[in-house]
Amino acid sequence: MELSAYPLELPPDDRPMVRFMNVTKSYGSLVVLDDLNLDIQRGEMVSVIGPSGSGKTTVLRMLMTLESINGGVIYIDGKPLTHMERKGVLVPADEAHLRRMRASIGMCFQHFNLFPHMTALQNCMEGPVQVLGLSKAEARDRSEELLKMVGMIDKKDQHPSRLSGGQQQRVAIARALAMRPRIMLFDEVTSALDPEVIGEVTEVIRRLVAEHDLTMLMVTHQMGFARDISDRICLFYKGKIEEQAAPEQFFTNPQRERTQQFLRAVKDAD
Amino acid sequence: MTFDWKWDFVWEIAPRLAAATLNTLLAAGSGYAIALVLGLALALGQRTRWPALTFILRETLEFIRSTPLVLQIFFIFYVGPQVGITLSPWVAGMMAIGLHYSAYLAEVYRAGIVAVPKGQWEACRALNMTTRDTYARIVLPQAVPQAIPGMGNYLVGIFKDTPMLSVIGVTELMQTANAIGSETYRFLEPYTLVGVIFLALSLPTAGLVRLLERVLRRKLGM
Amino acid sequence: MWDFLQTYGGRLAEGTLVTAAQFALATAVALVAALAAGLGRLSAHWPVRAAATTYVEIFRGTSLLVQLYWIFYVLPLFGISLPKLTAGFLSVGLNVGAYGAEIVRGSILSVQRGQWEAAYALSMSPWKRMRRIILPQALVLMLPPWGNLLIELLKGTALVALIGVADLMFVAKQINGSTFLSAEAFGTALVIYYLLARVLITPAMRRLERSMARRLGRA
Repeated sequence: MELSAYPLELPPDDRPMVRFMNVTKSYGSLVVLDDLNLDIQRGEMVSVIGPSGSGKTTVLRMLMTLESINGGVIYIDGKPLTHMERKGVLVPADEAHLRRMRASIGMCFQHFNLFPHMTALQNCMEGPVQVLGLSKAEARDRSEELLKMVGMIDKKDQHPSRLSGGQQQRVAIARALAMRPRIMLFDEVTSALDPEVIGEVTEVIRRLVAEHDLTMLMVTHQMGFARDISDRICLFYKGKIEEQAAPEQFFTNPQRERTQQFLRAVKDAD
Repeated sequence: MTFDWKWDFVWEIAPRLAAATLNTLLAAGSGYAIALVLGLALALGQRTRWPALTFILRETLEFIRSTPLVLQIFFIFYVGPQVGITLSPWVAGMMAIGLHYSAYLAEVYRAGIVAVPKGQWEACRALNMTTRDTYARIVLPQAVPQAIPGMGNYLVGIFKDTPMLSVIGVTELMQTANAIGSETYRFLEPYTLVGVIFLALSLPTAGLVRLLERVLRRKLGM
Repeated sequence: MWDFLQTYGGRLAEGTLVTAAQFALATAVALVAALAAGLGRLSAHWPVRAAATTYVEIFRGTSLLVQLYWIFYVLPLFGISLPKLTAGFLSVGLNVGAYGAEIVRGSILSVQRGQWEAAYALSMSPWKRMRRIILPQALVLMLPPWGNLLIELLKGTALVALIGVADLMFVAKQINGSTFLSAEAFGTALVIYYLLARVLITPAMRRLERSMARRLGRA
């Protein structure tokens, strides 16, 4: 579809928090996302699963504008993410527009990516002070509250090198939340953790889902966890959505052959 | 002339050599300061989104690194006035050294920046930080400790290159030794002392640089 | 500019030849010195180590220009009077050799421990072990840093003009002195040095690297 054929804004009665509309992404001749259409509603928690190379991580990275888009449009709360309006049609967005849109989105990474030369507290305060313009005092209050929530308040003055993987990931979650995003992205946040600390992180996410109204998108291999807390499970295969359904339906009565294969393989691995 | 070391002579010329040493250190320091700042600008200049600029900078810097400093000094000193910029030997020398070494330091900075893990850049984008803040607060603080050994080596290098300024008349150590030599016809003491002074200054500096690197790493918690 | 090249091209070419000769001779000196000092610093006998280390620290810790003047003006006082051409390439060679010694030493140490042990198990004499097993592998590791060092050597030869050797820089200075066509004279000299470095030395080193890597079965 031509860029000019896409709506400049989504109508108020059809405005999911996130909409991928005919989105494609390729690296050279390798197609990673193939005409993807996906809606995520306000407050929904969607788990994205699938074999490696299926494009699931790319979905998150494109939302965080870490990857460019090759075709289609992504809408955040009705407004295009990486496009903007120019003379009545959509054109690729400039940096100012991207920064405005990015403010609603936060992300946690597989390898935490904490700033090594700052303490846990300073890591959390960095965004609010430098980007949101909060005073140091306000930022500190907010950060300490969040560190308390993730159970890391007594380690607030430690550098990441002194924290375990699970502890670092919890700080990373606090850091992302300090920006008060409307959408939270979790990119395999437990995949790099030792088994015994996975629980501390999933516990934090569990509480986030229960106590907050955030829209969340999570790429994960933790099937049990995904089943417990998600509103919807999405299976990706070769750049397209193979099947999506509520967890109960998805895990007990998968419709598609590939879904059944995938679930069998995952069960065997347990 | 035979080999005979006159200590009286040494004490006689010592004050002059001491003053020249100070001048040399000042010259090295100023040149280094220019190179530090200019080098960073040139390194960052190669990371903009204009490929033409990157190409021009890269080729120019390689040209500067591949040609003799002494020739660059002559070029700036003689060509400057001819295009209307009057330059004292001191200033011409500073500019030449600063420019020459900024080309090396740009490479050192570049290597340091590239060594910062990609995840750090992505975390900055996830927090919606501006490019300026990303560099100033996250990337460069991690890049600089990596760059310190290289930066320190070039400080020692600049110091050892200051004698080249003698060719355009700057009164640093080499020039002073030459002057003493032609005035008194005694070359042994001046040249030997100059060598000793260089050793006495460059060896400890190299040691200090290694120390600084260790301290910085610890302080930055890495 | 074209007129300039026509008039002075010949003299500049002669100067370039002298520079090339200085470069070749200095390189030979540097290689011998680097090998001797590099191996010397790894010797089991401490007098050898001390001598090698002294050489390296002195020539790396002082300025090339100072060394050049010392060898040309001060050595005669000790009875060693060298003609300026010799003083020139000798100083540059010894100076670069000191840096080269560190490269040699580092490369030999980098050759994997297993190679040493295998040669030891085959009961090779230390000399044979060094010559046939370690050095060939160290040679490949050495080439990239030597490539950069040779460019430094080329730049160093420019200083011999200051003791009167009629090399490229000397000629450029002469032309500048008589015509004040500074931009043309020095500019052309700069370009020639650049071409020597990037069009001759760097590709030659790369080709050498590739052929060595092939001989070691690695390319």
